[in-house]
Amino acid sequence: MDTEKEELYQALILDHDQAPRHFHRLDPFSHTAEAYNPLCGDRYTIYLDLNSHIIRQISFEGYGCAISKASASMMTSMLSGASFESALALFSSFRTALLIENPPSDDSLGDLITLTGVISAPTRIKCALLAWEAACTAIQGASRHAITPETTN
Amino acid sequence: MIAESVHMSQETVREETLDNIVEDVRRDFPILTQTINGEPLVYLDNAATSQKPRSVIDRVCSYYEEHHSNVHRGVHSLSQRATEMYEAARETVRGFIGAASTAEIVFTRGTTEALNLVAQSYARPRLGSDSEILVTMMEHHSNIVPWQILSGQTGAKVVVTPIHEDGTLDLDAFEQLLGDKTCIVAVAYISNSLGTINPVEHIIERSHARDIPVVIDGAQAVPHMPVHVGELDCDFFAFSGHKMFGPTGIGVLYGKETLLDAMPPYQGGGDMIESVSFSGTTFNKLPHKFEAGTPNIAGTIGLGAAVDYIQNVGYDFIQKHEARLLTTALSKLSELESIRFIGQAAERASVISFLLGDSHPYDVGSVLDKMGIAVRTGHHCTQPLMDHYQIPGTVRASFAFYNTIEEIDRLCSALRKAASLLQ
Ligand SMILES: Cc1ncc(COP(=O)(O)O)c(C=O)c1O
Repeated sequence: MDTEKEELYQALILDHDQAPRHFHRLDPFSHTAEAYNPLCGDRYTIYLDLNSHIIRQISFEGYGCAISKASASMMTSMLSGASFESALALFSSFRTALLIENPPSDDSLGDLITLTGVISAPTRIKCALLAWEAACTAIQGASRHAITPETTN
Repeated sequence: MIAESVHMSQETVREETLDNIVEDVRRDFPILTQTINGEPLVYLDNAATSQKPRSVIDRVCSYYEEHHSNVHRGVHSLSQRATEMYEAARETVRGFIGAASTAEIVFTRGTTEALNLVAQSYARPRLGSDSEILVTMMEHHSNIVPWQILSGQTGAKVVVTPIHEDGTLDLDAFEQLLGDKTCIVAVAYISNSLGTINPVEHIIERSHARDIPVVIDGAQAVPHMPVHVGELDCDFFAFSGHKMFGPTGIGVLYGKETLLDAMPPYQGGGDMIESVSFSGTTFNKLPHKFEAGTPNIAGTIGLGAAVDYIQNVGYDFIQKHEARLLTTALSKLSELESIRFIGQAAERASVISFLLGDSHPYDVGSVLDKMGIAVRTGHHCTQPLMDHYQIPGTVRASFAFYNTIEEIDRLCSALRKAASLLQ
């Protein structure tokens, strides 16, 4: 196979798929998020240990394709210790890179760059964003909660 | 006449001539000549939808270019011509499936709409809260969800016939589940996920012994084998044009005339009425009673062309060639170390579901796509079946008569590459 065809499955993606990082339940955790795509059956639980503005730890468990698993694994590596703000900013950059035609090059993406190969297989974009969407929804919820502590859910 | 003589001559078709015929029929399908990601397209997603021969495309085109008008309404010539073409397609379909009368051929949007029609118009008025609807574990969502909706409306229960590990129906269980409460049996002729050909004759015979009507989901049957609803004696038979080389958005519900006649309309509107007034409306006769609104005229005419095409090619050729494709594919695929077949029925159509080691079906599908090979990945609208096998989905290669032995070789070598890349 030539490199063009391997683009979607770069070595780093396959490495994260076969040896996912932070692939375990977190104990203790403050939040969990469910990432589920009924179309392909991919399902992850993301564990977060959050204080008022920092992701102290993040891990995940579950089953899915190489793209979704590698993406989740990279996410846990990149977001451990991150502030809510920088986590959400990274998610937003990643989304932009996948969803917008000819996105500006963005150094902040780091290893996530390898996942932008899914642009050539649009049905797989959902796979790349699956864990991020779930985790970031939880983080957004926590940050709203932190800003207005009197609101309860 | 031409169709018949071609068909006759092909009854004596020999193995070595199959390849020549395939070469010929491939030329009828314009889409097959393209490249995908730089490789010649290998289209193995026929169970999802099949490709269209030139004759179908041309018939639809010429209808729009030369004959288009609304049907059953105008006195003008074009309208009459369109009506004649539309009704001629109905007669073609009637002959194709061996129905007794065109009154029994209702055009729908597809299998899905046909099954919903049976659920709502036939079953709903007849079900009570203690009634049962008997389906099977291998049904497509379109033969599950309409019954679940009906269950919500009536309180009737959807009962599921289990399957054996090899993907065949557990007929002993079926016999036991068929009971006094069973009001209707709904079963796929051929499973779109496993390829299993179900013994529908037996199912119909056993159900009728208890006076229970049977609806057959024939979506996967008509592309592969001749169907004669009269001989089957099924009460309803549903299929889709797009899976049998015809247009999308057109399908057929066959129903026994006596049953259809006694059923209330499914939708109200133009065409399905005889006369309308605010003091009361009378409905049109069969089959128009079930065809409310301007129908898919072009699609129907295209479906007629698809039937003509199938009859020209002949089921004799189709079945011989597909049987060869199936055995060749099964034997070549089983040489792959990490392959696991899902469904191993002896009686099966040219549909093969499998998993490659631990690799996710989507990953395998994406790698194959990069090599120009189109397969389906996922649950194939049969989630309960996937749950039964405790898998999220499969990779499915489904063959049509225009597929070749060479394409099987390409599939196998692509799968070897996928395995080495992903595992
Ligand atoms: C066995 C079976 N039943 C029903 C359907 C639904 O057909 P359609 O989507 O054309 O209505 C399909 C196809 O997807 C099928 O394979």
